[in-house]
Amino acid sequence: MSVISRGFGGRGDNDDARIPPGQHETYDFPVLSAGPTPAVSREEWGLDVTDLDGAVTRWGWPDLMRAPSEEFTVDIHCVTTWSKLDTSWRGVRVRDVLGDLATEAEYALVRCYGGYTTNLPIGDLVDRDAWIAYEYEGDDLESAHGGPARLLVPHLYLWKSAKWINGIELHLDDEPGFWETLGYHEYGDPWLEQRYVGD
Amino acid sequence: MHEDNDHRVDGNAAAGILREVFASDVTTARVVCGHCTAGTSVAETKTYLAGPGSILRCPGCDAILARITKIRDTVWLDLSGSASWQIHTG
Repeated sequence: MSVISRGFGGRGDNDDARIPPGQHETYDFPVLSAGPTPAVSREEWGLDVTDLDGAVTRWGWPDLMRAPSEEFTVDIHCVTTWSKLDTSWRGVRVRDVLGDLATEAEYALVRCYGGYTTNLPIGDLVDRDAWIAYEYEGDDLESAHGGPARLLVPHLYLWKSAKWINGIELHLDDEPGFWETLGYHEYGDPWLEQRYVGD
Repeated sequence: MHEDNDHRVDGNAAAGILREVFASDVTTARVVCGHCTAGTSVAETKTYLAGPGSILRCPGCDAILARITKIRDTVWLDLSGSASWQIHTG
């Protein structure tokens, strides 16, 4: 009889069912970045929501703090094949940020400090779990992990959960983002292994 | 404006993926930044390898010079951030 230690995670036997195909569990929180880590204070931080007609609604940090927030625990999955279970965050639901603006738009292009972009269907931001997250494991979100605030859309590969978010543009058509223009999947469902274009 | 712990290495670390594209070692090539027009050797670029692809940035202004991904047996290459590349073949 062989005994396999699961370490000190204290998790149950169903963890494997929570790991999408082609992924492995990690207990670290790897930092993946395409550039220097932007140093943005909460005072400087802003989120521009751009409607279909080009009108911009700017959210500052006090606006984010006044919005209803919630604590949530989710599993996250990076396209580089690591998954991390039971990560705890605090944030504001994207649907509460977009409000009535998203009623006609079909897609969103998310922009970030540092120039990163990624694209998602609006439905994934307003009808599914999606947050502007600003706390991780009870502490202010570190800049290395996207602080002061990042997008978190746990049902898609983590490149969609843009760090250092500073804008959400609403569009009728899908406009590929930073990695989506270089061969990565336009949607990125980890359970369907939608890593690359054509998957 | 940026933190020091940003996990960059020098451009020599991108030699492998670049060799697949150009069939030669281009780390000694000279690349001109399309943003600030500064010239540098590929080896001296700020290179980020930890993400889904490889990103080479200008050591002067941090603008992206090249983006490279390997999607199965296909390399995707975006050099739109650079003004020119001088690759010595002799």
